[in-house]
Amino acid sequence: MSDWLSSVWFGSLLIPTAYFVAALVLILGLRAMSSPVTARKGIVLAGLAMGLAILVTFLHPQVGGNYLLMIVAILTSGILAWVSAKRVAMTDMPQMIALYNGMGGGSAAAIAAVELLRAAHGHDVGLLTNSIAGVGALIGTIAFSGSLIAFAKLQGWMRKVWRFPGQQYLNLLLFALTVICGVLVVIGYQHDAISLNMLLLAFFVLALIVGFAMTVPIGGADMPVVISLYNALTGLAVGFEGYVLDIPAMMIAGVVVGAAGTLLTQLMAKAMNRPLTNVLFSGFGTGDDGGPADAGGGSMQAIEAVDGAILMAYAENVIIVPGYGMAVAQAQHRIWELTQVLQKRGVRVRFAIHPVAGRMPGHMNVLLAEAGVPYDLIEDLEDINEQFSQADVALVIGANDVVNPAARDDSSSPIYGMPILNVDHASNVVIIKRGRGTGFAGIENRLFTGDNSRMLFGDAQKMAQELVAGVKTL
Amino acid sequence: MEGFLALYILMLAAVAGYEVIAKVPAVLHTPLMSGSNFIHGIVLVGAMVALGEAHGTLEQTIGFIAVFLGAGNVIGGYVVTERMLQMFKRSDQPKTDTGADL
Repeated sequence: MSDWLSSVWFGSLLIPTAYFVAALVLILGLRAMSSPVTARKGIVLAGLAMGLAILVTFLHPQVGGNYLLMIVAILTSGILAWVSAKRVAMTDMPQMIALYNGMGGGSAAAIAAVELLRAAHGHDVGLLTNSIAGVGALIGTIAFSGSLIAFAKLQGWMRKVWRFPGQQYLNLLLFALTVICGVLVVIGYQHDAISLNMLLLAFFVLALIVGFAMTVPIGGADMPVVISLYNALTGLAVGFEGYVLDIPAMMIAGVVVGAAGTLLTQLMAKAMNRPLTNVLFSGFGTGDDGGPADAGGGSMQAIEAVDGAILMAYAENVIIVPGYGMAVAQAQHRIWELTQVLQKRGVRVRFAIHPVAGRMPGHMNVLLAEAGVPYDLIEDLEDINEQFSQADVALVIGANDVVNPAARDDSSSPIYGMPILNVDHASNVVIIKRGRGTGFAGIENRLFTGDNSRMLFGDAQKMAQELVAGVKTL
Repeated sequence: MEGFLALYILMLAAVAGYEVIAKVPAVLHTPLMSGSNFIHGIVLVGAMVALGEAHGTLEQTIGFIAVFLGAGNVIGGYVVTERMLQMFKRSDQPKTDTGADL
């Protein structure tokens, strides 16, 4: 009776149905997440579907034991992840995404390791399945170690960019070695001196190193693109392991993320006007190329917060351009307060967001949303760029490369061709900036020395507070 | 699963993923990346199956790691995405400009 229950009722009816529903709802959830109105509903739906899929897996006929291990692993990791995800500040979201993504990649790789081990010890599944397990293992492991490096870089644990001549050739060689090991594992190569277990170990260690070596030379400014790429890779790895385990829901969810993530990565690379290969292999964004060719001649003109407040309080039209500096200083709440006191005086305030401002696309939107800024005040680059010329004041908060006019008109600049916010077209530009240095990419910015530009030096949060106080006294 | 059937599933899933993202405003890029990060957390299901059929200490250890990592992906991914998305709201007074589909 219980055999019948497990194989027929669970195996061919309950579980496939639950997985089918889960796959469908996950896609619908992702779809709902692509509009701000339905996004919240989308993640809750997807969460329910995922919960269903996980619960029925306990009844999966292929699961023959190890329930205790399973529950211990889920509970310990789940609690750790829950607490860390609840506690993390909104500004640190990007690295947490990198971390959880790395865990997913690692999980897919570990699944592959179990399946390859089983195959090596007599559980023959055929060459095709083995190859797909191997490819998933490779991709998953690279996504794992790469994501961890991305996490460490964004967390500030790894400031140094580690580069040397010929690095790409060394990486290529490493990759080739990894693939060779992988092929030997997949075909079940037998030799007295090297056991299959050792080959398998070498394969995973090499793949780990490839992930590290690929990510270490990439500068922090490019991390958003890299995280997005690893997100897509994890999706693919999950999809491949779904094939190996014969779980179509896992295949579908994984490949959907793989495709969506690839498109997202392309959109981001396009927003920076650079091909993806350039992001991965050029070492741009490390702060040590594109030297300070020409500062533009002029010098920066400083302004006090009080004067900045006067400028904005008597303006009709203000556009605020947030950048990574706002995230670092956690200034989003003060900025929203500033917006509200200005709105009370009848000033029209809008926010202009560059697609790659901050450390992830949409990073600024998330922070502004956290502060309570309604999303209909926030505009994308192509919608607002024409309107800077009618703005009385453009307030730039810790943004640099995304407002650098050199991208528009200096063909020798490394960022030439990248679409930028035309902040310099506003009548007045007030720039909150911590110091006089260059931005993440290490490029001089002519905007800062422009005739209509005034520099407000200081921490973004403190300066925003002073601006609020200034406007209130008027 | 039969090879070509799998290939068809792969193709259709890729098209679905592409279409779902294609018209997304930049506002939602980060939450969407986070959301898709959560969705590949379905790897936990596979990890549970792999651990469930593991025999011997080595396989069990690796299977345990797989479940541990997968659970972190799915739960961390969910919480972060949900926290991000619950912050998105519209201003009380409807504005005249900016499309509703922002």
